[in-house]
Amino acid sequence: MFDVLSDRLRDVLGKLTGRGRVSEADVDLAMREVRLALLEADVNYKVVKDFVARVRERAIGAEVLENLNAGQQVIKIVHEELTALLSVGERGLRLQGSPSVIALVGLQGSGKTTSAAKLARHFVKQGRQPLLVAADPYRPAAVDQLVALGRSLDIPVHRAPAGTSVLDIAKGGLAEARRSGRDVVIVDTAGRLQVDQVLMEEIRGLAAAIKPAETLLVVDAMVGQEAVSVAQAFHAALPVSGLVLTKIDGDARGGAALSISAVTGVPVKFLGTGEKTDALEPFHPDRLAGRILGMGDVLTLVERAQETFDQKQAEQLATKLRKNAFTLEDFLEQMQQIKKMGPLGDVLGMIPGMGGMAKDAQKAVEGGELSRVEAIIRSMTADERRDPHVLNGSRRRRIARGSGTTLPDVNRVLKQFQEMRKLMRQMAGGGRRLPGLPFGRR
Amino acid sequence: MSGPPEGTIDAGVRRSRLGFVSRMREVLRASDTGDVMWDEVEETLIAGDVGASLALYIVGRARADVARGMVPEIAVRHELGALFARREPVPWPRKPAPDVPAVVLVIGVNGTGKTTTIAKLAHRFHTRGAKVLLAAGDTFRAAAIEQLQTWADRVGVPLVAHAAGADPSAVVYDALDAAVARGIDVVIVDTAGRLHTKSNLMEELAKIRRTVAKRLPDAQPEVLFVLDATTGQNGLSQAKAFHESAGLTGIALTKLDSTAKGGVAFAIERSLGVPVLFAGVGERVDHLLDFHPDAFLEALFA
Repeated sequence: MFDVLSDRLRDVLGKLTGRGRVSEADVDLAMREVRLALLEADVNYKVVKDFVARVRERAIGAEVLENLNAGQQVIKIVHEELTALLSVGERGLRLQGSPSVIALVGLQGSGKTTSAAKLARHFVKQGRQPLLVAADPYRPAAVDQLVALGRSLDIPVHRAPAGTSVLDIAKGGLAEARRSGRDVVIVDTAGRLQVDQVLMEEIRGLAAAIKPAETLLVVDAMVGQEAVSVAQAFHAALPVSGLVLTKIDGDARGGAALSISAVTGVPVKFLGTGEKTDALEPFHPDRLAGRILGMGDVLTLVERAQETFDQKQAEQLATKLRKNAFTLEDFLEQMQQIKKMGPLGDVLGMIPGMGGMAKDAQKAVEGGELSRVEAIIRSMTADERRDPHVLNGSRRRRIARGSGTTLPDVNRVLKQFQEMRKLMRQMAGGGRRLPGLPFGRR
Repeated sequence: MSGPPEGTIDAGVRRSRLGFVSRMREVLRASDTGDVMWDEVEETLIAGDVGASLALYIVGRARADVARGMVPEIAVRHELGALFARREPVPWPRKPAPDVPAVVLVIGVNGTGKTTTIAKLAHRFHTRGAKVLLAAGDTFRAAAIEQLQTWADRVGVPLVAHAAGADPSAVVYDALDAAVARGIDVVIVDTAGRLHTKSNLMEELAKIRRTVAKRLPDAQPEVLFVLDATTGQNGLSQAKAFHESAGLTGIALTKLDSTAKGGVAFAIERSLGVPVLFAGVGERVDHLLDFHPDAFLEALFA
């Protein structure tokens, strides 16, 4: 992993704090780092060239704002320009026609079929009635895959007998949707190389016949420099109205999305964030800009925390804290909520500078640290959970036996609990709401 | 049998290879061999997904070679060649004893072409007279087992599968049992695609690896990492994580019939010492080539 750009820029420009303006020489130094960072994030080299030239122009002579050093100032400009590039076009889905047709296209293995199922589920959540159409007759079992996904979501899938042409499959799907009153038709097409003239001609004909309201190009976040030529070819043949950037739950920075939006003007509309069918998220340009720069994704973290911790519970907790009535039961509940936020590694990965720690933390969790704490608390009686003061030596030994842990483990959890209670009381006093992580370093 | 319309694939392979060749040759044979030329060499390497830092390294070394009197073209070729890992002159896959089947574990992130590569390998061994058995170790993705079954039928080799959702290690154990009982030469194990950042899934892979060692202590399994040639710099991070969990012995670089160059493989070979052994160049079962570094460089500069 390369260093976070902000750190590198701090090294290069950090000494400049206090001077009034960013000089040309400073900017050239900084642009070298920016170029490398963007290239390592798989942004297309031509896009990088233009981008760096533009940022350079803005940065030279830019006044260093109060409270910012020169490095931060350059980062700010870079972030703004990245966000602007990623903010092209309309990010919402434009549904028109009855039924509205959405076609998914892309290279082999980019995640079209999984994304089709995710979109269908997204529409059901919006109260619509989608129909999935399995229009990939080439990849073995591609149709079975979509049918299985449809079954698991209880969403109908239109399939045609082997030998049916792609065009007829899609037309059949539309007819079926009209017949059965489905209002959105999602057409899953076969993966194809943009240089394959026969298959590109096929998809062009398909789009001309079914006139999709949205044609979404599904792009793997891990794709490299070729992203631009792929997108250009699909855009020229179809055109493409939006991108679905998949596999963003890995550690790829997703520079490909920037390249594509910059060159074609096509906006990213969704992010695929996991293998499960609910792992589809709306796209936020500023967050991907931060990710490309290696700045972490604090906003997503905050959002996920807000989703997980409901307001009422938080208020109850605050009351308890004020009354000093925070018990081991609450401790357990807090822990389960944090678990609900997703794998700890994911959570930490969103915090700037914590990316490296994420893996270690994940290991700690999988090493059973959290479940050990859980087992210990679950081995206590209700009275013990409410009032840990009753926990004498023999009770503690019983708990250790009951939870399959050792006496030192139990003692450590109790100590952590006391520390957390103290910490939370302080935090409650200061008006903050997010609880700390309920386990400490060994 | 259904398949995409044929006829354009071979042309595609040629186009992709020629595109890279002509560009690099053109650049290196420029009359002006100064900064401008070297900037273009760097750009050409970056455009081929070699990565910015490795491209800078190659150009730096090649320029030093040229300063010592080497011709630029030879210098770049020499420096690229030096990045390749050492190849063992042994048959692949390794088969330590006549009564122990060779085992090939096929792993990688989602959508790189594992199942197709397995079909191609099976076809290759099968047509050379080996007895091949496939193990349907991707029990997670919808219809992955059906996909592999279709290929097994087409190629004409048997498949051991459990129901969807089963423990992949159990599938592997059964497949190895069956292989021993039936006197199979090569067992090829499909696994679910997994992002290298999901540590629970990477641990599952390590477990499959341990299962092989447990059932066949004498086997020296080949662990084939399937890398999509369109992958950018993330490929290195993938390869490192998979190497750590499962111990890679080779790489299959797929989708080379696209315009992608797969340049990240240079970085992987250099940093992990794991060789690219196969090149996937199309969707047909015979679209799998042996990867030879010399021939690859030859094609690059011929």
